[in-house]
Amino acid sequence: MLLIKQKPDIKEADITDESLYRQRRRFLQAAAVAAAGLAAPGLLASPFAMAGEKLTGVNTGRYVLDEKPTPYKDVTGYNNFYEFSTNKQAVARLAEDFKTRPWKIAVEGEVAKPAIYEFDDLLKPHKLEERVYRLRCVEAWSMVVPWVGIPLADVIKRLQPTSRAKYVRFVTLHDPEQMPGQRPGLLGSGLDWPYVEGLRMDEAMNPLTLLGVGLYGEVMPKQNGAPVRLVVPWKYGFKSIKSIVKIQFLETQPKTTWNLAAQQEYGFYANVNPNVDHPRWSQKRERRIGEDSLFSPKRETLMFNGYAEQVAHLYAGMDLKKHY
Amino acid sequence: MNENQRIRWILKPLVFVACLVPFVWLVRNGIWGELGANPVETLSRYTGDWTLRFLLITLAVTPLRRLTGWQGLQRLRRMLGLFAFFYACLHVTTYLWLDQFFSPGAIAEDVLERPYITVGFASFLMLIPLAVTSTRAMIRRLGGRRWQRLHRLVYLIACGGVLHFLWLVKSDLAQPLMYAFVLALLLGYRLVGAMRKMPAHGNTSPG
Repeated sequence: MLLIKQKPDIKEADITDESLYRQRRRFLQAAAVAAAGLAAPGLLASPFAMAGEKLTGVNTGRYVLDEKPTPYKDVTGYNNFYEFSTNKQAVARLAEDFKTRPWKIAVEGEVAKPAIYEFDDLLKPHKLEERVYRLRCVEAWSMVVPWVGIPLADVIKRLQPTSRAKYVRFVTLHDPEQMPGQRPGLLGSGLDWPYVEGLRMDEAMNPLTLLGVGLYGEVMPKQNGAPVRLVVPWKYGFKSIKSIVKIQFLETQPKTTWNLAAQQEYGFYANVNPNVDHPRWSQKRERRIGEDSLFSPKRETLMFNGYAEQVAHLYAGMDLKKHY
Repeated sequence: MNENQRIRWILKPLVFVACLVPFVWLVRNGIWGELGANPVETLSRYTGDWTLRFLLITLAVTPLRRLTGWQGLQRLRRMLGLFAFFYACLHVTTYLWLDQFFSPGAIAEDVLERPYITVGFASFLMLIPLAVTSTRAMIRRLGGRRWQRLHRLVYLIACGGVLHFLWLVKSDLAQPLMYAFVLALLLGYRLVGAMRKMPAHGNTSPG
């Protein structure tokens, strides 16, 4: 193996692991297909195929993080998706038969044309981008995920919200038949379903905010929130709601699921912030999944998960200890 | 072979090996790199689970002995209790070493400011004197009465352990509540026994 250190400040030995190698191959393939597509747009395959299938016509987007992506097997094998299970390693198996087609998304509220869209009708007009983002869970672990998605701002502009729209509310599918975690158990089913999340309009319009439809160059795996999920990299993972069936434009701040479950622990903003601890554990450090060994210390958590340059202005003058 | 010898040479070694099975599983999966995407979390949860299980198993000895009438069970109690201590040590080591890397600041902050760690840590500290005084010589040195009074700490420790788990989870209360339920049964059994005993002995003086 040839190992070239170009700069003395490269921290990790950049030994290409298999998934990274596969990802690069996929990227090259995607680039080739995209090039072919430019020549003959009509020949492009649908970029919205079934989970696991390769996505085509993906552009390398802005914001490609220069950090080693978390191995594919960990990104798709360690999932907080309580609709299926609170056991992160059981979600992939339990989501195997989850039906992500046909998929309808209702657009409601303060918007020019409220409507129920077929998945393809809502998202197909937009270009796909690959973005490599950090993902920081409120449980103090983190990943680096090569997402494929559409800037949420592009979709919102097309939907034309009215001037009264100050917030966007998102709702996950509620289907206990398919989602065992939503079935009432002996002690209830944990959270109030359906799962609801929200963003302030300027947060939703921020260029970092993505509607994710895939990762690692593939259609979004079911356990990662297929067919479409939010990706808000400067906020704790629970803000990035999965398997979205409703997008609502509102004048007032919506109530959100974890905030309702434990108000003093999970705020509406939930910005990654090493200076504001969760009441029950520290948020100063994090463990990088799939990369840190059993014996490596945790790494420092970055303000806004390292995206301060892009988002800090959204919160200028706000007391982030109060608006956690 | 009389019953005494059967317990000593057959039952106790068998139970000893059985109690080591979770540990062997852990070591095996550690060596094979099969502790999942977040090995420290796996280790921590697993050793914590087994600590609680062994605490409850230990607390089940007396009620089971009374219900079955088989006195031999009593001979297993110390070993089971020491296994609870063994898994607690693994749990605490995982925390101090792999989670906090012996960082005094981070540990102090956790122990002082986070109730679930405060309770867990206190429970572990209380386990230490029980383990130290578990030998026959120590029982003799302390005298049965005092020894027994000291070892009633295990009730508090078990409550602390369950509370530690209950305060740690996000919304999935099912598991900690299961432990709480079993613990309530085991402590309830003793409470009922103690209340029945009181009038029979005519002992009304405050204990």
